[in-house]
Amino acid sequence: MSTATFRYDILAGNSLAIELGGDWLLGTAIPSTDAVLDRLGQTSRPERLTFVSDRLGDWDTGLITPLLGILRAADANGVKVDESGLPDGARRLLALAFAVKEREGARRSFKRKGVVEQIGDATLAMLEDLKKLLTFTGDLVLSFGRFACGKATYLRSDVLQYCQEASTGALGIVSLISFLIGMIFAFVGVMQLNMFGAGIYTANLVAVAMVREMAAIMTAIVMAGRTGAAYAAQIGTMKVNEEVDALTTLGMNPVDFLVTPRVIALVLMMPLLTMYSSLLGILGGTLVGLAMLDVTLVQYVQQTIDAVRLNSLFGGLFKSVVYGSLVALAGCQQGMACGNSAMAVGQSTTKAVVMGIVLIVVSAAILTVIYINMGI
Amino acid sequence: MHADDSHIVVSDLTMAYGDFLIQKGLNFTVKRGDIFIIMGGSGCGKSTLLKVMIGLKSPAKGDVLYDAKPFWASGEPEQEAAKRKFGTLFQSGALWSSMTLADNIGLALQQYTDLNVAEIREVAAYKLMLVGLAGFEDYYPNEISGGMKKRAGLARAMALDPEILFFDEPSAGLDPISAKLLDDLILELRESLGTTVVIVTHELASIFAIGNNSVFLDPDTKTQLAIGDPKEMRDHHNNFVVRNFLCRGEAEEQLA
Repeated sequence: MSTATFRYDILAGNSLAIELGGDWLLGTAIPSTDAVLDRLGQTSRPERLTFVSDRLGDWDTGLITPLLGILRAADANGVKVDESGLPDGARRLLALAFAVKEREGARRSFKRKGVVEQIGDATLAMLEDLKKLLTFTGDLVLSFGRFACGKATYLRSDVLQYCQEASTGALGIVSLISFLIGMIFAFVGVMQLNMFGAGIYTANLVAVAMVREMAAIMTAIVMAGRTGAAYAAQIGTMKVNEEVDALTTLGMNPVDFLVTPRVIALVLMMPLLTMYSSLLGILGGTLVGLAMLDVTLVQYVQQTIDAVRLNSLFGGLFKSVVYGSLVALAGCQQGMACGNSAMAVGQSTTKAVVMGIVLIVVSAAILTVIYINMGI
Repeated sequence: MHADDSHIVVSDLTMAYGDFLIQKGLNFTVKRGDIFIIMGGSGCGKSTLLKVMIGLKSPAKGDVLYDAKPFWASGEPEQEAAKRKFGTLFQSGALWSSMTLADNIGLALQQYTDLNVAEIREVAAYKLMLVGLAGFEDYYPNEISGGMKKRAGLARAMALDPEILFFDEPSAGLDPISAKLLDDLILELRESLGTTVVIVTHELASIFAIGNNSVFLDPDTKTQLAIGDPKEMRDHHNNFVVRNFLCRGEAEEQLA
């Protein structure tokens, strides 16, 4: 391999001859063509440009890109170019590159945005998102109306499948988390309550915390990460593949067909999962209580039964229904609002989980205030 | 250049998915600078053959030789080196949707050459100019049409000046004019760069317009029925199935 060489001479008749030699390969040292570009821009520029490539060896894109620059400069300055001295292939490629004119207005210019502008854009985008969420909620309510009247098009088997995915499919992770949460509560309870001899009230602490708050909220967060994300990804991918459009053209409402069955499935399954989670939490607490306190199983169980009133149970189950609907809403809304690329599906999924968790926590706070005021 | 002008040799190749046989006993040679067509009815294993050739799926038996070096029998570093000489245009472009067109083309350059950012951008702009997409460097794939995606995919396939270009159904989903322009572009690239081109297609118009060598795969007998110039095959091949395919099902039973 020989190094690329680049020389130029001013010939008689004010023409500039460029002599190319050696191998012009991409990624090897390519000589700079700036001197010629400068010359073409000067007022005393040559009238014609010719090429000599007798000693040119192998070449690839590494030759064409500098030539493109020279040709552009020549064109901009009205210098005539005689390409006959270039290799055949290079001439063809240059012709091909200039064959299609750049489309008017296609090129983009990027402006850097100021901080204030960025904050403004983000705020407006947030408002826009909120509007979309409200619109979607409205669509969903209308769709529930159609369901109630039996006018909605959907597959019963879909609902059953979503129910299965959102229940038995989640048992493993819900069991693990609830059991451990119950044990952690019991540890904290035993440590603190034993200090003034009220260790048995650990049973109350674990049972009330699990049934009223923790079971519902932990299950909901697990479901936001598991099922909410899955809903967003499923519907988002269907959107990218134009499957949602295919439903619309068949006269089926995509909300009826895709969204409502998922929301119904999650709303039906969440209370069941929550009850299961409470039970597992109490079980975990019981194990710790029996191991660390001086009580019998019967005493501990009796204490638990006395602690949990029906109000607490229904309060917790109602919360789980609310969380379930919010998680399903966030997942499906983000799926339906997905853009049409692989990246967009990822973004929708992320947003679905974040939005799901935010909605869970906010609604948990609101519901707790309401419960306290109602004396539940 | 090599004294022998055979560029790719497929030798005694058998492809299967598990126990399910796709094709067996494939033997053909692609010469340097050929435009080689892999054709056959739907489901005959054309795309699978392409996958085996570009190193995505390993064959059940046999090998593919590039410049007389076996691909599948060699180790990972040799395979990587061989792959760097390929450029592949996938059916729907397969552009990375998170990157602009310039970044799509620039990724390989950034990884495998020491060019700086400005030079990479220049090369990307040039490749886009070649495929008629001048000025579209900063567009994302989902902002351009299907035909443009295909051309941008070709620009990306050409990023490293490959010795061999593979095309999977290049004209599928293109209007006849765009398909013709793409055919012309392929011919032009072969003429000016001497690239070897391997195309999987069943578009008869392109097969006859650009192909100078081909292999015909048959889904029933699960092997190749014919190799050679497609025009020659259409007019003179003694197997009715091959002629019938190349005449859109209107061939005479007997050769004239």
